[in-house]
Amino acid sequence: MSTVTRNIALKDQYISLYREKSGEISANSAPLMNTFRKEAITRFASLGLPRKGSENYLYADIERVFSNNLEKNFSDRKISFNIKEIFHCDVPDLETNLLLLVNGRFYGNGKMLKKLPGGIIAGSLARAAIEYPELVEKHYGKYAGRSDDGLVALNTAFAQDGIFIYVPRGVKVEKPVQVVNIMISENDLMAQHRNLIIADEDSEARIVVCDHTLSAHRFLTNSVNEIFTARGAKVNLTRVQNEHNGSSQVTHSHCLQEGGSDLSTITVSLHGGFIRNNVYVRLTGEHAENHTMGLYLTDKGQFIDNFVYIDHAAPNCFSNQLYKGVLDDFASGSFNGRILVRRDAQKTNAYQSNNNILLTDDTRMYSRPQLEIYADDVKCSHGSTMGQLDENALFYLRSRGIDYREARLLLMFAFAHDVIQNIKVDALRERIDDLVDKRLRGELSRCNNCAMQCG
Amino acid sequence: MLSIKNLKASIEGEEILKGVNLEVKAGEVHAIMGPNGSGKSTLASVLAGRDFYQVNAGEVLYQGEDLLDKSPEARAKEGLFLGFQYPIEIPGVSMVNFMKTAINEMRRHRGEEPLSASEFLKKMREKKELIEIDSSLTNRSVNEGFSGGEKKKNEIFQMAMLEPRLAILDETDSGLDIDALRVVAKGVNNLKSPENAIIVITHYQRLLEYIVPDFVHILYKGRIVRSGGKELAMLLEEKGYDWVRNEELAGKQ
Repeated sequence: MSTVTRNIALKDQYISLYREKSGEISANSAPLMNTFRKEAITRFASLGLPRKGSENYLYADIERVFSNNLEKNFSDRKISFNIKEIFHCDVPDLETNLLLLVNGRFYGNGKMLKKLPGGIIAGSLARAAIEYPELVEKHYGKYAGRSDDGLVALNTAFAQDGIFIYVPRGVKVEKPVQVVNIMISENDLMAQHRNLIIADEDSEARIVVCDHTLSAHRFLTNSVNEIFTARGAKVNLTRVQNEHNGSSQVTHSHCLQEGGSDLSTITVSLHGGFIRNNVYVRLTGEHAENHTMGLYLTDKGQFIDNFVYIDHAAPNCFSNQLYKGVLDDFASGSFNGRILVRRDAQKTNAYQSNNNILLTDDTRMYSRPQLEIYADDVKCSHGSTMGQLDENALFYLRSRGIDYREARLLLMFAFAHDVIQNIKVDALRERIDDLVDKRLRGELSRCNNCAMQCG
Repeated sequence: MLSIKNLKASIEGEEILKGVNLEVKAGEVHAIMGPNGSGKSTLASVLAGRDFYQVNAGEVLYQGEDLLDKSPEARAKEGLFLGFQYPIEIPGVSMVNFMKTAINEMRRHRGEEPLSASEFLKKMREKKELIEIDSSLTNRSVNEGFSGGEKKKNEIFQMAMLEPRLAILDETDSGLDIDALRVVAKGVNNLKSPENAIIVITHYQRLLEYIVPDFVHILYKGRIVRSGGKELAMLLEEKGYDWVRNEELAGKQ
């Protein structure tokens, strides 16, 4: 079969699956989300699955990952375990509002939406779309809907649920919201969920997302996050990707920032066989600030691909992309970062940097930092480095009695900490420092007391 | 303590050390002087275990054992310290973490318990006062953004923290003003004891006004061509390195 026919055949599989299951999909979701499906599947039919070698997917073989014959489940299945028994996050002092997502569906034990102090709403997106249709309608599909990525259309056609977080105007969420995203099954499984985060004017929220796998099956997740930060809102989102290496994950984050807002996302990728993270940010009002960061520590045959697109559509905004990675064994990866400065976005400050340490000759990393500037009064810089650990620094540490192995770890840890230090939740930052330390030491980097077998 | 016999070493095929002989006993302070390019820094680097130098001949015994077989960290753990001519900046590794790791690795080597946090901080405080090092420097990453003088003081600070048996200071005095020089000398003199030995490598006689050596050696073209007491340094100061060159030429004729 030629690669073109393979692509069409794959696309047709998903389209027929949709036709066959659309009734079941809609019956187990919300009317508002259902209204998007028909158009989305048509859009998917015209866009298809991204092809390896195309402009935005130069190195990620999406077709390979999406051709695995995995079970898809569109009904709310009883899960035969007690989640509270196996999941207990022990990060000291990490007091969070916990939200669980199991195989892409909100797991609330009967309580699908929580109302937290200050009018914060958090829980199931499908339920929110039923209880607060006006609020959800204002944002659902408004940011990701612009995407010309077939996978976003595919998600919109199939997604039935996900996380919904709403922070009202002027409200500051004291306790971080923690989303634990679990894949657990008796068979290989594919899930597509949809998250919507709305931070209204001058609100503040810190969100932590942890991706875990709890059974040794092959998993594929294709998830879409839409994040709206209104005027003056501050959102800090940390994501820890810690699925086992038999799993594949594609995430799409579509963010819109109004004037004076401040959005920081940090994605720490520790385990996972195939990871592709897309982040699109549009800065639409003056003095908005964006930080998009990532840290990836990979080994064996892991593949991690980060794709970032920051669209400066208003003047006087600031953006900073910082992606760093350490690759070991025969791991490979890619970073593709783009800054678009539109004609009227004068006085833009935009930075981008991607630094990689390649520990062996068999690792491969492709880095494409790109600038596209149409305004004439801007300050932009981009850069990318590939290298080994600094031999002089290694010798200096060893000459003070520090073993070779420990000296290497110190240097790698210092390299990684540059990203981690931006995590705003203290207890979480310390824990991630610890996880990263363990990951670099080749130990299982799962949280000690959490029964989840990550990594 | 240290016995160097007929040491020959090269870098990228070029022989730099052409048969160095040196005996250092506990309690002694030795100064090695010589013009640029005579092999002073090569000697220090070979002793510390820098692997881009190739040792072609000779042997080095340290405390009765073959030194050249050992890794740089093994040498350090057994009490050898090199004060770098050009200390390395290591962004992201804090001075505190660096020193704590180094001290505890050495203690583990000696079969001792790691220092508690309070013992460690107390030691840091004492040594900082001794070396008159700015407190804020030890809160930063190793040597990052330090001035030249601060980097050299930091070498002496590390020496004071690690309390080596044999300290080799590679041109620690170069580029220092008189105040910094005095601090370096204080650190060295403080380390001096009947059990320890110090090798000061320097281009100038200036430092030796503060650190009085028991022996002075002149390294020239990869060999020690003259050894003597501290008066040799005075003679060198007076006559300059040309005198060494001329003497050598005369000797060969």
